[in-house]
Amino acid sequence: MPLLELVDVTAFYGPVQVLDGVSISVPEGGAVGILGANGAGKTTTLRAISGTVRAGGTIRYRDRSIRGLKPERVASLGIAHVPEGRGTLGNLTVRENLMVGAYLRKDHRQVATDVEYLLDLFPNLRERIRSNASALSGGEQQMLAVSRAFMAKPRLLILDEPSLGLAPSTARNVYDAIGRLRRESGIAMLVVEQNANLAFSVVDSVTVLETGRSVLSGTTAELRGDDDIRRAYLGG
Amino acid sequence: MNPFGTFIQLLVDGLAQGSIYGALALAIVLVNQATGLVNFAQGGMAVLGSYIGLTIGNLLIPGVGSTLGVVLGIVAAVIASLALGGVVERFVMRRFERAEEDTKVVATIGLLTLITGLVGLIWGFNPTPYPFFFGGSESLRIGDVSISVWSIVTFTTIVALMVVLQILFRGTKFGLGMRAVADNAPSAALAGIRVGGLRMAGWGLAAALGTVAAILLASKSQLTPNNFDGILVYALAAVVIGGLDSPIGAVVAALGITILESLAAAYIPWIGHDLKVVVPFVLVFVVLIIRPQGLFGRRAVVRV
Repeated sequence: MPLLELVDVTAFYGPVQVLDGVSISVPEGGAVGILGANGAGKTTTLRAISGTVRAGGTIRYRDRSIRGLKPERVASLGIAHVPEGRGTLGNLTVRENLMVGAYLRKDHRQVATDVEYLLDLFPNLRERIRSNASALSGGEQQMLAVSRAFMAKPRLLILDEPSLGLAPSTARNVYDAIGRLRRESGIAMLVVEQNANLAFSVVDSVTVLETGRSVLSGTTAELRGDDDIRRAYLGG
Repeated sequence: MNPFGTFIQLLVDGLAQGSIYGALALAIVLVNQATGLVNFAQGGMAVLGSYIGLTIGNLLIPGVGSTLGVVLGIVAAVIASLALGGVVERFVMRRFERAEEDTKVVATIGLLTLITGLVGLIWGFNPTPYPFFFGGSESLRIGDVSISVWSIVTFTTIVALMVVLQILFRGTKFGLGMRAVADNAPSAALAGIRVGGLRMAGWGLAAALGTVAAILLASKSQLTPNNFDGILVYALAAVVIGGLDSPIGAVVAALGITILESLAAAYIPWIGHDLKVVVPFVLVFVVLIIRPQGLFGRRAVVRV
């Protein structure tokens, strides 16, 4: 039984159909990448999961339907969504952003431990702990966004293009940290990414979307080895 | 009275009157924190709350002005306003959730018109005396300066409320959630924060706060449906000057505006009592040019 399963998911923005049959399955503790061009429906797929966009089809999480639930309800079930554009709270400090991430948690001692863990993982954030999030660099904001989501202690972390707008070396650092989070916590992940090489460094399998439809899935090893697929979908 | 005594008297009167403006400004800050908009109906809701309190107080303990009746009335007014604020958010403002900011503001102006008309319809437009249980006309004399009991009670109440709110915003989980919602509601929801519930709570608290201010004001003058229309102007000026996200800033600005206004009226002959209402507007104008985020507001830094 997969942790998260999407079958033939559809979604519209007004009259425009953006998802037209997306199917993805994330096993417990697994990591799946969603690849595809701009406008293929990657972001909308994540939004359908977290309840920020209305969707049709089947969205099951831990063997129950979560389609149509409000975003706060989906979050309370253990799905943490790092949205496109990061969603950091600009007028709140770095520490306050982390505490917002832990909003639903009652285990205060463990919360403090987790904050320390993340500040060790991202030393930049430790230096800026009292700064407003809006004053951080793009890379630091992305680290904060990932950390905030992690503070919720989710079972499933969904990440929307963590490399967007970052310099290649910064994007590399962010992905290294995400990989470490995954290894050390065992959280399942669903990662949207344009840069296939970055995604491959974290995920075990990949689904490729094209105009709102799943057109291809496979393990990273399978897809890496296939030259045609690389050329067609993964940018060489 | 010697000139210095006059000066002190102006300060003292300004502090008390200014705390009424400050209380309404606090309510506006609270709503802005919860929903990111300015509620022009804040004063109208406050007046409605205090009429409800007066009516319930009189029903519970017949005979105008018995202390117990007034106290019960205040408690009833606060509870009724909490509910009123929550209901208005849930069933009126929630419908405009996806609307433009301007649309929401116009909706609150419509709400103000509706509430004022409703209050006039039920209770009439004639001024109603509001009993004050501390004995409103009594005052202390210190040298040349007389300080009314009303002034002391009003000022103390508002400062206490301001401190409580500041602690609520900066030191509690409820306040953290509220600020997260104000900053970016969709993102706050992704962290599991119940945005709708917090907004209702914010509106309810703001309405209760406004009602306390309306009761304090009415117990000095009288209660009319339009009691707070003029005061809203001062409260908005205070909010703009003090910063929309700063409870302390709003109250300090309200006190400052009132004191400056009465000093200008007394000491600048060509302003006098006829032109003093211009003072807050000039202040707002100057502050917006020099510091658009308000004197106490946090600067919104955007880095791309």
